[in-house]
Amino acid sequence: MRYLPLTPDDRAEMLSAIGVSSVDDLFVDVPASARRTGFVDLPRVAGELEVERELAALSARNVAAGSVPFFVGAGAYRHHVPATVDHIIQRSEFLTSYTPYQPEIAQGTLQVLFEFQTQVAALTGMEVANASLYDGSTATAEAVMMAKRVTKRNRAVMSGGVHPHYVATTETLAHAEGMDVTALPAAVDAEDAVIEAIDAGVACVVVQTPNVFGTATDVTKIAEAAHAAGALLIVVTTEAMSFGLLKSPGEMGADIAVAEGQSIGNALNFGGPYVGLFACREKLVRQAPGRLCGETVDADGRRGFVLTLSTREQHIRRDKATSNICTNSGLCALAFSIHMSLLGETGLRQVAALNHQRARELKAALEGVKGVEVLTPRFFNEFAVKLAKPAAQVVQSLADRGVLGGVPYSRLAPAAGLDDVLLVAATETVTGEDIAAFQAALTEVMA
Amino acid sequence: MSTTMNTVGRPTAPAQTNDFVHPTLTGARGLLQDEALIFELGGWDKTGVDLPSADRPADDLDGLLRTDPIGLPGLSEPEAVRHYVRLSQKNHAIDLALYPLGSCTMKHNPRLNEKMARLPGFSDIHPLQPVSTVQGALELMDRLAHWLKTLTGMPAVAMTPKAGAHGELCGLLAIKAAHEANGQGHRKTVLCPTSAHGTNPATAAFVGYSVVEIAQTEDGRVDLADLASKLGPDVAAIMVTNPNTCGLFERDIVEIARLTHAAGAYFYCDGANFNAIVGRVRPGDLGVDAMHINLHKTFSTPHGGGGPGAGPVVLSEALAAFAPAPWVVSHGDGFALVEEQVGEAAAAFGRMSAFHGQMGMFVRAYAYMRSHGADGLRQVAEDAVLNANYIKASLGDLMSPAFPDGPCMHEALFDDAWLEGTGVTTLDFAKAMIDEGFHPMTMYFPLVVHGAMLIEPTETESKQELDRFVHALRLLAQAAKAGEVDRFKGAPFHAPLRRLDETLAARKPKLRWRAE
Repeated sequence: MRYLPLTPDDRAEMLSAIGVSSVDDLFVDVPASARRTGFVDLPRVAGELEVERELAALSARNVAAGSVPFFVGAGAYRHHVPATVDHIIQRSEFLTSYTPYQPEIAQGTLQVLFEFQTQVAALTGMEVANASLYDGSTATAEAVMMAKRVTKRNRAVMSGGVHPHYVATTETLAHAEGMDVTALPAAVDAEDAVIEAIDAGVACVVVQTPNVFGTATDVTKIAEAAHAAGALLIVVTTEAMSFGLLKSPGEMGADIAVAEGQSIGNALNFGGPYVGLFACREKLVRQAPGRLCGETVDADGRRGFVLTLSTREQHIRRDKATSNICTNSGLCALAFSIHMSLLGETGLRQVAALNHQRARELKAALEGVKGVEVLTPRFFNEFAVKLAKPAAQVVQSLADRGVLGGVPYSRLAPAAGLDDVLLVAATETVTGEDIAAFQAALTEVMA
Repeated sequence: MSTTMNTVGRPTAPAQTNDFVHPTLTGARGLLQDEALIFELGGWDKTGVDLPSADRPADDLDGLLRTDPIGLPGLSEPEAVRHYVRLSQKNHAIDLALYPLGSCTMKHNPRLNEKMARLPGFSDIHPLQPVSTVQGALELMDRLAHWLKTLTGMPAVAMTPKAGAHGELCGLLAIKAAHEANGQGHRKTVLCPTSAHGTNPATAAFVGYSVVEIAQTEDGRVDLADLASKLGPDVAAIMVTNPNTCGLFERDIVEIARLTHAAGAYFYCDGANFNAIVGRVRPGDLGVDAMHINLHKTFSTPHGGGGPGAGPVVLSEALAAFAPAPWVVSHGDGFALVEEQVGEAAAAFGRMSAFHGQMGMFVRAYAYMRSHGADGLRQVAEDAVLNANYIKASLGDLMSPAFPDGPCMHEALFDDAWLEGTGVTTLDFAKAMIDEGFHPMTMYFPLVVHGAMLIEPTETESKQELDRFVHALRLLAQAAKAGEVDRFKGAPFHAPLRRLDETLAARKPKLRWRAE
């Protein structure tokens, strides 16, 4: 087997050095009832060519986003990632290293994390950020648990504009922790309902902007209402590219900002791995989950970086830890950071503006189609439309015509009663021809 | 020394010098560059991408636009490549040398896996595309699930957890849901051995359980009598790692499972050390109810400087119905996704994250499994255990194995008794290993062994590399015993940086760059 370096002679020599006669002697502690003598019932060793053929065949049975007009968003977005990003993240020293437990020989990873934390803090307009979490949805759940620790209150209010899967992920964790979640009914423009739901028992208010219907919201008033009630404001963003166009969570009064960072540096990957961004006010950082990288000096006084404030973490605090999280999403954070460095503020603003422009072009094209009504008043690169037919059926008919035309809201929340709502997104990767093809196919389907 | 032949185009020989090493004038050291932060490179207006400008202003977003400077520098492509390549050279990596972090299974990461994960049919598909357009992806998930179930002898698997700790959370949430469904919601205690990974008690506490520790026997296993005395009507589950964190197989595992089930509790097995037994022992045959599998350990997906991982959880019949959405189901003519808690998924405890799991890791893990096959995977376990025992045998005379009697599994555990009186600590010894070109082993874990040094070589090390490692450790051990304390106390001397001041970092946290 090509990944196993030991030869039969090596094995014999090593067994003799150990002083046993066969490898079975090393497994003597396994109860006799559980010792298996034969191979499990699975195929045998396969060469590269054979494995490559099998996987290529499976891959070919999927419709790649880049091969068709593509307008799917709802929490994951297709952007152009510069070739440099994928090249760098495959360098051995980044790809095949682990959590930087030994900082003297992990300064590469640590400096990247320090730069990443600074980039995330800047993007979100917050004071500090951690070294990443699994994804945007788990980051949201972690933020809510953190608000419970900070405020010692036991109830979260979640806006009707938060992605339903983010709500479900948060509810799952909150239920286990014995925390109540008030999830408000789905609403394209959810601001007033959120403010009404705030009272003195609320630990945190969770709002998303742009929200799941694409609505961009100035949450300053919600921040004021939350703070007046002694609650924290958690702002969720599922499309990190929007930070290049829209006011940041920090500017609008967020106490914690969480986001899905996939859009920057990372492929769609059918849902993972992604990278959760987590930023907060500096005074709250000791209650934050996940890894934190900090600056220090070495024995010769040279600047260096280490993982820090680890007394919050499971390997020190065990059952008193702020979270059970062990690893972060290191390589995805690296990809994010490289892409962000290549963009710079100039490139980020450009690409964000292009996204917005493409989405407006899409809006103009779809508005002209019979049976289509645009619902979202102000948006970044995604908006909701109301259809005269069930959205799930429309999406399937579009797919049959070679167009991946968005996400039916009913797929995210079947019980919401919004079967006629379709979410459509357009990024910088969408061309004028793609939009024309979508318009033509939708016209056919809605006829 | 010979005379210098410093003639252009001809080989040079070193000039004779005294032992003084000149510090360099710039901070660089040969191939190692002193690299500034991106924020110090001056590229506030630069960009490394060429994009068209939007040709109409965002005049529909009045009042929502970001007008203040964001504070993000840019780099041209050559500058970016150099920045990250320079940084990369300050990292140790599996591709460079043995990386014996116990409990982390730092094995070779096959490059075929990387190539397969980048096929557009896997990397460029959206989790919410119509399922008719992702049949190949769903089939891959289904095949991977089949391999995981077959290798563990378990009937079900939850694929969505994103890391080992996330898998533990998934397993305990399934256990909690099962107890609630069976009118046993009053059970509030989880038992963990003192030697457990920190994530075990942290996860139990996170889901609202209180944690009680189980004592350990002299020979490094769960104390059955202590376990039996603590099992009772309030115990929801036990969490036991097997092979355990001392690198030993729990001989009484079947009895542990029997006692646990007799008390009405579930058996959560931490599967971090599955690499030691894959293909030889099925956890399902041991009485396990739930076990996470770190795809980034046993199944070779890259560790990436700390993630992303993937932690699918295999489940027993008793827990299967409570698995979180979504999951893949196979019909006669294709695959579908169960995404909501209705119908057949009504008992699901909820959702672990927004989408279907770490697909990029699934492709890599599946490519790894298919490459090995059933025969190769069994060989993996055997070679991993053989390599660890070889290290234990090769160092046992100089260092003190924590459990000298009998074989270890895939990792060899030493305590610091052999360092007594030398003035050298486990930490010092580890830092001196850095100077010799190796990543240190896991230190001071498990907590039950004084000054623990946990060495996990994995099966992808050749005998030559093991011998090189053993040789280095023997020389170091002899130096420690010979009183060469200075070699250890100040170490590392030859790494990109010397020992770092972690106390300062924690006392005055500086978590981001700020303009002076």
